[in-house]
Amino acid sequence: MTMKRLAYRRWTDRIARAMAALAAVFGVVVLGAILLTVVYRGASALGIDFFTLATAAPRERGGMANALLGTFYLVVLATLLGVPLGMLCGTYLAEFGREGPLAVAVRFACEILMGTPSILIGVLIYTLLVVPVGGFSGYAGAVALAVIMIPVVARTTDEMLRLVPHELRESALALGAPHWKVTLGVVFTAARSGLVTGALLALARTSGETAPLLFTALNSTAWPRDLTEPTANLTVTIYNRAMSPFDDWQQMAWGASLVITSAVLGLTVAARWALGRHCR
Amino acid sequence: MAPGTVPKSFGDRLFFVVTACAAALVLALLVVLVLRLTQYAWPAISRFGLRFLVDGRWDIGAEQFGAASSIYGTLITTLIAMLIAAPLGVASAMFLVEMAPSWLSGSVGVALELLAAVPSIIYGMWGLFIFAPFMANYVQPTLAGWLGFLPLFQGPKMGLGVLTAGIILALMILPFITAVSRDVFRLVPPVMKESAYGVGATTWEVTRDVSLRYGVAGIAGALFLGLGRALGETMAVTFVIGNNHALSASLFDAGNTIASTLANEFAEADSDLHRAALVELGLVLFGMTLVFQLLAQLWLRRVRKSMGSRR
Repeated sequence: MTMKRLAYRRWTDRIARAMAALAAVFGVVVLGAILLTVVYRGASALGIDFFTLATAAPRERGGMANALLGTFYLVVLATLLGVPLGMLCGTYLAEFGREGPLAVAVRFACEILMGTPSILIGVLIYTLLVVPVGGFSGYAGAVALAVIMIPVVARTTDEMLRLVPHELRESALALGAPHWKVTLGVVFTAARSGLVTGALLALARTSGETAPLLFTALNSTAWPRDLTEPTANLTVTIYNRAMSPFDDWQQMAWGASLVITSAVLGLTVAARWALGRHCR
Repeated sequence: MAPGTVPKSFGDRLFFVVTACAAALVLALLVVLVLRLTQYAWPAISRFGLRFLVDGRWDIGAEQFGAASSIYGTLITTLIAMLIAAPLGVASAMFLVEMAPSWLSGSVGVALELLAAVPSIIYGMWGLFIFAPFMANYVQPTLAGWLGFLPLFQGPKMGLGVLTAGIILALMILPFITAVSRDVFRLVPPVMKESAYGVGATTWEVTRDVSLRYGVAGIAGALFLGLGRALGETMAVTFVIGNNHALSASLFDAGNTIASTLANEFAEADSDLHRAALVELGLVLFGMTLVFQLLAQLWLRRVRKSMGSRR
C-alpha cells in the first residue's frame, strides 16, 4: 500500500516536472523561432540600397533610408523632450515629494500612464497637436513618444535616487552646498548609471512603437526635411508595406523589422549592462 | 534640511519649482487625457448614449456606431491570450525557479527579458506571414475536424481572425508573465521549501503546496498586469484579426478590437461623428485598462505588504 502510494507520488512528480519543462521549452522555441524568422527574412532585404535610397513605388529600386532618418529624428527629439522632463519629475518624487500627497498622486499617475495603451497616447496628441494645427506632423509624433517616455524615466529616476544613501546628501549639505547643487552634483553622480538605465529603457520602449505614430507623425515617402509635415518613419512604413500585396514591399518590411528589432534589443542589452555596473 | 521641507534660497526655490512643475505635468497629462478624450467623443456620447456600449452595428455610411463588436473582440482575444499564456507562463516560471539548474535559469531569464522588449509590430509581422498560413493549413482544419460541432470552430479557415489574434497576443505577453511570475516564486522563503523537502515532499508537492500557495496572490497580480497589456495591444492584433465589425460566434471569423479599429480607421475618418465614435471607443478602452490596473495595483500592494518583500 505505502509502496504504491510512493510510486504514485513519484510519477505525479515526474509528469509535473516534465510538463513544466515542456512549457518552458515551448516558450523558448516559439519565441526563438520568431526572432530567427525576422533575422532570416530581414537579412536578405538589407543592402546598400536599403540604407541609402528613399522609399519607392512597388517594383522600383528603393530603400528605407528616409524612414530610418525619420525614426531617428523622432526618437532623438522625443528623448530630448521626455528624458529631462521625466528626470525632473523623478527628482521631485525622490528629493522633495517623498511620501507627500502630491508625490503619491504623481507616482500613481505614472503607473496609470505606463499601463495606458500607447494608441490612446496617439489619440491624445492628435486632439492636442494635430487638430489645432490642422495637420499631421513629425513634432506631434515626437511629443507622443515623449509622453510615453516620461513616466518610465520618472519612476526609474525616483527609485534610483532613493537608493542613494542619506549620509551622502547630508555631508554635502554640511559643507554649505545649496540643495540643488547637492542633488545635481552629488546625488545624480552617485545614481549616474541607474539614471542611464532608465533613459535607455525608455528609449528602447519607444523606438519600436507604431501605434502612437499612426495619427500623429503619420508617414511619408519623402525625406524628412521639415518636421511640421507628416514624417517618414520605420514602424508605420513596416505596417503599410506588410499590409500591401507587393512582394518587394513586404520584403522591405522584413528588412525594416530586422533593423528595428536589433536596435531595440541592442538598447535593452545596453540598459542591462548599465544597471549591472550600477549594482556593482 | 529634512526632506519634504521647502528650501529657502533662490536657487533652491527655483529648483523646487521646476521639479514640482515637471511632476505636476505628469498628473496634468492624465487629467487632460480623460477630459480631452471626453470632449472629443461628446458628439457620439450625446447622440448614442449608453446604447453605444451594447449596439453591435458599426456602419460608417449610415453614421450608426456601436461598440459591442469591438468590446467583444477586445475581451475575447484577451481571454484566449490569457487562457494560453497564463498556464504556460506560470509553468515556465516554476521550471526556471524550482527545477532548472542555475546556469540555465539565468540565461533563459535574460532571454525572457529581451523577448519582452521585442516591439509588438514584429509579432504582427510574424503572425501575418508565418503563423496565419500555419493556422489555415494545420490548426484550423484540425480544430474543425475534432470540435467542428461547436459554433466556435465553424467558419472560414483563412488563417486570420479572432483565434489567431488571441494566440499571437498570448505569445506576446508570455515573456512578461513568465518574468513576473518568476520574480514572485523567487520571493518564497527558502526555509519554507527546505522544510517541506525535509519531510520527504517531492518537487511537485513543494511547488504546489508551498510555492504556489505562498505566491498565489502575487501570481494573480502578475496575470492582471499581463491582461492589461493584452487589452490595449494594437499592432500585434491589427495585423491578424481581419478587421471586421460583424459579431460572430466563430473564432475563425474576422473580428476587431478597440485598438485595431482605432489603428485602422482613425487617420482616414472623414466625418466628425465617426471620429467622435472612435474617440469614445478609446475612452472605453481606457476605462477597461484602468479598472484592471487599479485592481492589479491594489492587489499587489496588499500582497507586498503581507509578504514583507523588499520592493
